[in-house]
Amino acid sequence: MDSGLSVRVKQATPFAIDVAFDAPSGQVTALFGPSGSGKTTLLRAIAGLHRADEVRVACDRESWTDTASGAYLPSHRRPVGFVFQDYALFPHLTISEQLALSLAHRPAAERPARVAELIGMMRLDGLGHRRPAALSGGQQQRAALARALARDPRVLLLDEPFAAVDWALRESLRHELVNLQRLLSLTTLLVTHDFEDVAKLASHLVVLERGRVTAAGTVEDLTARNAVPGVANWREPAVALDAEVLAQESARQLTLLGAGGLRLEVPTVDAAVGTTVRIQLAAREVILASQRPEGLSLHNVLDARVVAIDCATQPALRLVHLEVGATRLLSLVTADAARKLALAPGTPVLALVKAVAVEAFA
Amino acid sequence: MDWTALGLSLRLGLVTVMLLLPVAFLLARSLAFGRWRGRGFVEALVALPLILPPTVVGYYLLVAFGRASPLGQVFESLLGHPLVFSFEGLVLASLVVNLPFAVQPMQNALAAIPPAVRDAARCCGLSPVNAVRRIELPLSLPGIATAAVLTFAHTLGEFGVVLMVGGSIPGETRTVSIAIYDRVQAFDQPAAAAMALVLLLIAVFALAITNSLARRAASR
Repeated sequence: MDSGLSVRVKQATPFAIDVAFDAPSGQVTALFGPSGSGKTTLLRAIAGLHRADEVRVACDRESWTDTASGAYLPSHRRPVGFVFQDYALFPHLTISEQLALSLAHRPAAERPARVAELIGMMRLDGLGHRRPAALSGGQQQRAALARALARDPRVLLLDEPFAAVDWALRESLRHELVNLQRLLSLTTLLVTHDFEDVAKLASHLVVLERGRVTAAGTVEDLTARNAVPGVANWREPAVALDAEVLAQESARQLTLLGAGGLRLEVPTVDAAVGTTVRIQLAAREVILASQRPEGLSLHNVLDARVVAIDCATQPALRLVHLEVGATRLLSLVTADAARKLALAPGTPVLALVKAVAVEAFA
Repeated sequence: MDWTALGLSLRLGLVTVMLLLPVAFLLARSLAFGRWRGRGFVEALVALPLILPPTVVGYYLLVAFGRASPLGQVFESLLGHPLVFSFEGLVLASLVVNLPFAVQPMQNALAAIPPAVRDAARCCGLSPVNAVRRIELPLSLPGIATAAVLTFAHTLGEFGVVLMVGGSIPGETRTVSIAIYDRVQAFDQPAAAAMALVLLLIAVFALAITNSLARRAASR
């Protein structure tokens, strides 16, 4: 039975950690928090590399570490793929050699074919005979990912996988990871201090601060409630949610997306009908109206209902929590506008969303 | 030219390197990665032969190897002859005085391996033994080679300790260094010069090797 990963770590030294969380099977769970919040230590404990006073790690109900019973599966026997922050590729081995070395759990006869398969999958064709020093940053990252996948892992651990690369490369690597996840549906833990990674890649979120969990839940729920601790203060309120590609209207160069009762027309998204894409919609991009407007360049007029209104970060602004069907959105308006529209919990209202304001990530 | 002495020196050097390197590697690994109490003390102990006068080291070894000491008695019952003034005694003394030359280069090489690389070895499915074999040994190879070269060269040149523990028995404990001293005492300048030149060449060669290894390690 696939129940995902269940983790409990408690230690007093060298720094205090007291954490318990679950990562659902086949999905990406982000461990998010500032540096020094204990994220990497948690990954190392899951891989069996870090021992602490109290550790319980179970994958699909199978105990990997349990300090109470003394159970401990040695690191090299855990079906875990670990992508280290600086990749930690072996400098003296070629990429093919590193992949072959990680395939010891498979019969020797299968290994060459599997190495070739991984090299193709990670677009490292022609680079197998090279050592890490002869690869670019992005290639090194893909090589590290290939090496982690070579283990046929049941859990993929990614420690700040994009920290070492520049912004442009980071975005392309994120796409890579989304595609990979679509293909393999691995139970993945993504350690990051960049909320962009969370908003684009993760379905679940565990927020850590000084060795404690300060929030946990789905990314959609936490962003829709603008309730990610530490982030709500500086990140513009924006909802991140998964939407299905319902139709491609190539003539109009538009894509129709759906999530719950929400329907959105957006500029063409490069994804097949039926696939899921991550969308983000910033609260400041959502206009509220009491009547259906005419003669605008607008694509999306959504029937919404006000759920709650909070004072956001500034006294002059109101963050309006909306529901469109079962899907929640946020709208940031002035206090004056909220007064004029007589917004109150329960009020029906129209949410106007420009097609170009929807950020789709596929 | 005392070929017997040169042969003995080379034999002593090789035996020392072969016996010392595996032990020193384990010690170096433990010092580089271990988190045990007393590590600093052991580190200091290993370095001690570097700064102690060879005659002092030799004196203590002579006492420790003597027929009155437990160590001397154990070896005498095993070997059938006393440890002092024997080749085996020289080997044992040589192992002790070369400890820093063998341990320190390997310890530095091992400590230079990023911790994440060692973690990665385990996460790639390598057992602790295989991680040493496939990752740690190859990555610390320049350090291991430096340790071998330094130990060998230093064994050839050691004088004070050899004299104290081994004396100067031809074919048993008279090494090249001792032979050079002997020849100088006997005013046999040509023989002393020839043997000194051999040691000089070996030393230059050894340094050239270690330097090129260090450069190769640095450029990787």
